[in-house]
Amino acid sequence: MKFYIPPQIPRLAIAFAIFISLFLLLRHFLVPDTFGKYGHYRAASLIDNEQPEIHYSGQEACFKCHQNIEDKKAQDVHSEIHCETCHGPGEKHVISSKAEDIFKPSGREFCGKCHALNAAKLKSAVFQIDLEKHNVGKNCIECHNPHQPWEMKK
Amino acid sequence: MDPHFQHLYDILAHSQGYIFPNEIDLQWGILIVVYPFITGLVAGAFILASLERVFKVKILKPTYQIALLTALSFLLVATMPLISHLSQPQRAYEIMITPHSSSAMAIFGFVYLWYLMVVLLLEIWFDYRHSMVVWSNEKTGIMKWVYKVLTLGVSDISPRTLRWDRKLGYIITVVGIPSAFILHGYVGFIFGSIKANPWWSTPLMPIIFLFSAMVSGISMVMLIYMIISYFRKKSIELNVLDSIGKFLFFVLILDFTLEGLDQIQRIYEAEESFEIIKLLVSSKLYLTLFVSQGLIGTIIPLITLAFLQFYKYQIKLKKTIYFIIGIFVLIGVYSMRWNVVIGGQLFSKSFSGFTSFKVGLIGLDGTLMAVFWILLPFAILAFLLWLLPPWKMIPEED
Amino acid sequence: MGNEKIRISRRKFLKNATMVAGAAFGYAWLKSSQVLLFAAEPKDESLPWYGIVIDIQKCIGCGSCAKACKNENDVPKEPFFFRTWIEQYTVKNDGSVNIVSPNGGIDGFVQTVPTEEIFKSFFVPKMCNHCAKSPCIQVCPVGATYDSPEGVVLIDEKYCIGCRYCVQACPYGCRFIHPVKKVANKCTLCYHRLKKGLAPACMEVCPTGARMYGNLRDKNGELVKFLKEHTTQVLRPHLNTGSKLYYNALSSEVR
Repeated sequence: MKFYIPPQIPRLAIAFAIFISLFLLLRHFLVPDTFGKYGHYRAASLIDNEQPEIHYSGQEACFKCHQNIEDKKAQDVHSEIHCETCHGPGEKHVISSKAEDIFKPSGREFCGKCHALNAAKLKSAVFQIDLEKHNVGKNCIECHNPHQPWEMKK
Repeated sequence: MDPHFQHLYDILAHSQGYIFPNEIDLQWGILIVVYPFITGLVAGAFILASLERVFKVKILKPTYQIALLTALSFLLVATMPLISHLSQPQRAYEIMITPHSSSAMAIFGFVYLWYLMVVLLLEIWFDYRHSMVVWSNEKTGIMKWVYKVLTLGVSDISPRTLRWDRKLGYIITVVGIPSAFILHGYVGFIFGSIKANPWWSTPLMPIIFLFSAMVSGISMVMLIYMIISYFRKKSIELNVLDSIGKFLFFVLILDFTLEGLDQIQRIYEAEESFEIIKLLVSSKLYLTLFVSQGLIGTIIPLITLAFLQFYKYQIKLKKTIYFIIGIFVLIGVYSMRWNVVIGGQLFSKSFSGFTSFKVGLIGLDGTLMAVFWILLPFAILAFLLWLLPPWKMIPEED
Repeated sequence: MGNEKIRISRRKFLKNATMVAGAAFGYAWLKSSQVLLFAAEPKDESLPWYGIVIDIQKCIGCGSCAKACKNENDVPKEPFFFRTWIEQYTVKNDGSVNIVSPNGGIDGFVQTVPTEEIFKSFFVPKMCNHCAKSPCIQVCPVGATYDSPEGVVLIDEKYCIGCRYCVQACPYGCRFIHPVKKVANKCTLCYHRLKKGLAPACMEVCPTGARMYGNLRDKNGELVKFLKEHTTQVLRPHLNTGSKLYYNALSSEVR
């Protein structure tokens, strides 16, 4: 007896073959070019992630113009603190060199972020003062030069 | 202010204890509650249909096609809550073209396709092919061609070919049962595999999801059977309800046991996260867990069904009871999905505080959208019942 | 005669069309299998393999890092989106633990518990742990987040579908959905700066040097030296995420 193949089977096989082929064809066009080059991701995304522009220029860029501040800072306890910690993002200023493009902080609040008393700060990590007792009403920079805090202004 | 930010400030004001700042924005809303609920109905309805076929429970015959078509209508909508919840829905196709093999969500796409194409559509096709061929010969105009296309042009209705329809359909059903288990087990795995979340991360999660899926699917088919009979002005066969009720009773016991085991294990081991979870269930989830899921969705139906096994009631009263129990069980299972999905995000991964959840009415992930996705399958089912009416099928001759 | 010609050319056309279609499908198959089995992770020894150290004893909770991070990476200023933030833990004499992080610590901290009630208190800066076995990459359905060859966990903003599964999977709460870009967002260890030879913004501005990054491959480098000389710990070691963010002097209350 001849081997019997019910008519449903070849018809369904064709339908599924068409479906799977269409899927593979679509997939062929939709998968991004660099996908899978290094791993299960779009390799081009690595380049995308390098693209954003920087806002913080790093202190080397500052010292190109402000050599004097570097020298001053080097002599006192703020020597390890980078310029942009207090002055904020500097890249705009580096490019334009306009004074309004850099932030000049002042006020007890600002200095207090580091120097206000808090039980969580180790004494060895930062010098702390009690903002409620220490020369109340005065701005810190009236006495202290922020670049050289212990060079007191008279 | 941006309404989203305004919403987040409100939530922040209502948060308790300490939560990581990024956790204030609760990521998976009501649509992700609806998603496992709908998928569960699919798996449950299919398993009920398979019972009739594989285990030859003749009494369930009137619900066989209804269960299959219910499963199909819900399955067609199952992925929609997920897709409409994406913040970049136009990129959803990426799940199919570059599926990440280690991601439960990615593999779900293929499990879904397998289940839709190879199991449900094929089973329904084999089941209806004879009828569709006959209908295409009887009808005129466009419907003739619709049925012709649906048969894929296989118009052979010789006894030998029809025997093969049944044989192949049977094979598909046998393949279908594990497929249905995998389909919904996988939904459970999407949550159960997240080790960062102790409320989700349990190996029992897929099994619990599976059994609650069966509970909900059985109830849904029972309700739909009753509603269809009402609209067709046909009397509801009580022995059909009784045997569905019996299955519901047994599966409900299993479901209750499994969920109980999971919680007992959690309480006894009392790991790092125990305190925060204890607080969670006794405050934020109290109503939805103990009242909706536990009392309304499990205890009351269990007790009632147990009584129905032993005592005789008036037929009309019995039907009403079955109807109410069906609704109760669905409320319970929906609450279970809510408790898992929303509950798992209410407590901080710092285990030190809670965020809160307020569901919006409008918007892509609002209540209206969720209601729409729950109602849409019923519209599809109505259409399918019109296109492929089970009660007009050509009876099989053995 | 003419008919014969047409038949031959038709046959030729069919033959060519079949071959082209076959080749296209063949190529599609080949390409798809390449992606499915995806290429092995290249271990390029010439590239650094970044790790991070945070020294809790040095952190003074000034918030400069969190602020600089938002400036550098265009993260919305609302207090729900942070690539890095600082927490203050205060263990009281009665044993209870109080944790705060107002606006992620950007505006600094005010001590809320009276000194006489404090058993101990410390700051913990948090950021992406750049895990070597990261749960977020594991769950991403499409491959929109990945481990760069330098060991930095990055996001492909053009490919992310916004399913939020990664946000759920991160045990450290380091991911969020960017409210403008509508895709997942997180610390990139300032990948764009690293590639230009600059330090990550948070480390550039840290006044006390509480944060360090370095090459874990370089066994004589500063980072490895620090790890050798100090008792460091990662967060949630039992989750086995392969975290490459090491804390010095981490207290057991921290999660």
